[in-house]
Amino acid sequence: MLTTADLDTLFLTFKVASISTSLMLLFGTPLAWWLARTTSSWKGFINAIVALPLVLPPTVLGFYLLVIMGPTGLIGELTTWLGMGTLPFTFAGLVIASVLYSMPFVVQPLQGAFTSICEQSLEAAATLRASPLDTFFSVVVPLAKPGFLTATILGFTHTVGEFGVVLMIGGNIPDKTRVVSVQIYNHVEALEYNEAHWLAGCLLLFSFTVLIILYTVLKNQPNLQQLK
Amino acid sequence: MPATIISRTAITLALLLFGQTSWSATVLVAVAANFSKPMTEIVSQFEKATGHSAKLSFGSSGKFVSQLENGGPFEVLLSADEKGPEKLEQAGLTVPNTRFVYALGKLVLWSATPNFVDNEGKILMTSNFKHLALADPKVAPYGAAAIDVLKKLKLFERLQPLLVQGENIAQTYQFISTANAELGFLALSQVIENGKIVGGSSWIIPDNLHAPIRQGAVLMKIGAENPAARALIDYLKSIPALAIIKKYGYDLAK
Repeated sequence: MLTTADLDTLFLTFKVASISTSLMLLFGTPLAWWLARTTSSWKGFINAIVALPLVLPPTVLGFYLLVIMGPTGLIGELTTWLGMGTLPFTFAGLVIASVLYSMPFVVQPLQGAFTSICEQSLEAAATLRASPLDTFFSVVVPLAKPGFLTATILGFTHTVGEFGVVLMIGGNIPDKTRVVSVQIYNHVEALEYNEAHWLAGCLLLFSFTVLIILYTVLKNQPNLQQLK
Repeated sequence: MPATIISRTAITLALLLFGQTSWSATVLVAVAANFSKPMTEIVSQFEKATGHSAKLSFGSSGKFVSQLENGGPFEVLLSADEKGPEKLEQAGLTVPNTRFVYALGKLVLWSATPNFVDNEGKILMTSNFKHLALADPKVAPYGAAAIDVLKKLKLFERLQPLLVQGENIAQTYQFISTANAELGFLALSQVIENGKIVGGSSWIIPDNLHAPIRQGAVLMKIGAENPAARALIDYLKSIPALAIIKKYGYDLAK
């Protein structure tokens, strides 16, 4: 059965994932919009930076974060100067790492959805004197709904499955950085296969259910099949 | 003509694939992270002395035992404790009578900052630090020993909120060497180079503050027929190997 400690890790994991996903949508939406519309020569560069966590081993990302967020690192010196202390081994540090790590899973579906919106519908809204913000919320968001759905679900589930980065900067602190993937790893290392099975089973069931929902909903969006 | 070519090719291939095993073999070894430096040195001597070669994997003992229970390919295990090898022996996965203690571990309290840790560990009584690193006590013997020390000094309750755990002792070193944790408990061997403690400041923990760290080695059944595996087990008990083990701060089993 799941112990209280296991339940705590599940709860913490969902907390990290919820906060990170909200932040990713907040920052990722304008970024994806810019990437979808711009003709700037920076586009390739920014696209590459966003996609980097897709191809980098999480340990590389975790190692760099540990060094630059540490007391002698650039970000570490900044956060210390701001009176926040250093970020490794803290909940905030974990959220920041998750945002960087899962960002491509939010930006890329949104970028795809924004790119497929034709210029005419935006121009039509403009001729009806809609402000850019109004256009965004009453034209773009409804049209890009499947993109937002995909982005949210992929961003969330990918953060839930995060392991390497947390291992590098987490420090395995209960209720702060001990997430479920690390807990499963610890159970296996401690030869507690029973406990490992329970948690691993929960995660498998969760991921599978979420993906089924995602694909079922997307299937019922006939106009936007290409986003699947 | 084609027949000769085929047979010649077959002989060449056979020589390439199997030829080496007859006179020099390779052994795959799982090594507890704390023993990585001495083992690297021992193996380079071993290879010169015997002509065999050894491939080393470093990690936490718990993970290796888990992998070996599930068909892991390692022929020799150098664990950080006796429990892992015993467990594998009980499961009938090891060669009988090959289990032995190759080193007694030494624990050190270390900081990357010079003059931070005093040689009596008084720093632990102060509030001059935010993070105290140790290896996960559940799976790493050096972590468990560190908890022993804190409990013996009656500091565990107060310091528990400051503890950060590395997955193994090598990762714990990373936390401390990058100064993310101001200080922490490590294996003495990790901070020794050329027989001396390098960098920062340290306190070598007296043995009476924790249960002894008896590090066990064992020959696995899959390595029973490998001459290099047997030779390595023997070499670990040889005088040159024992000298290296001592140089890295370990005590020898009596």
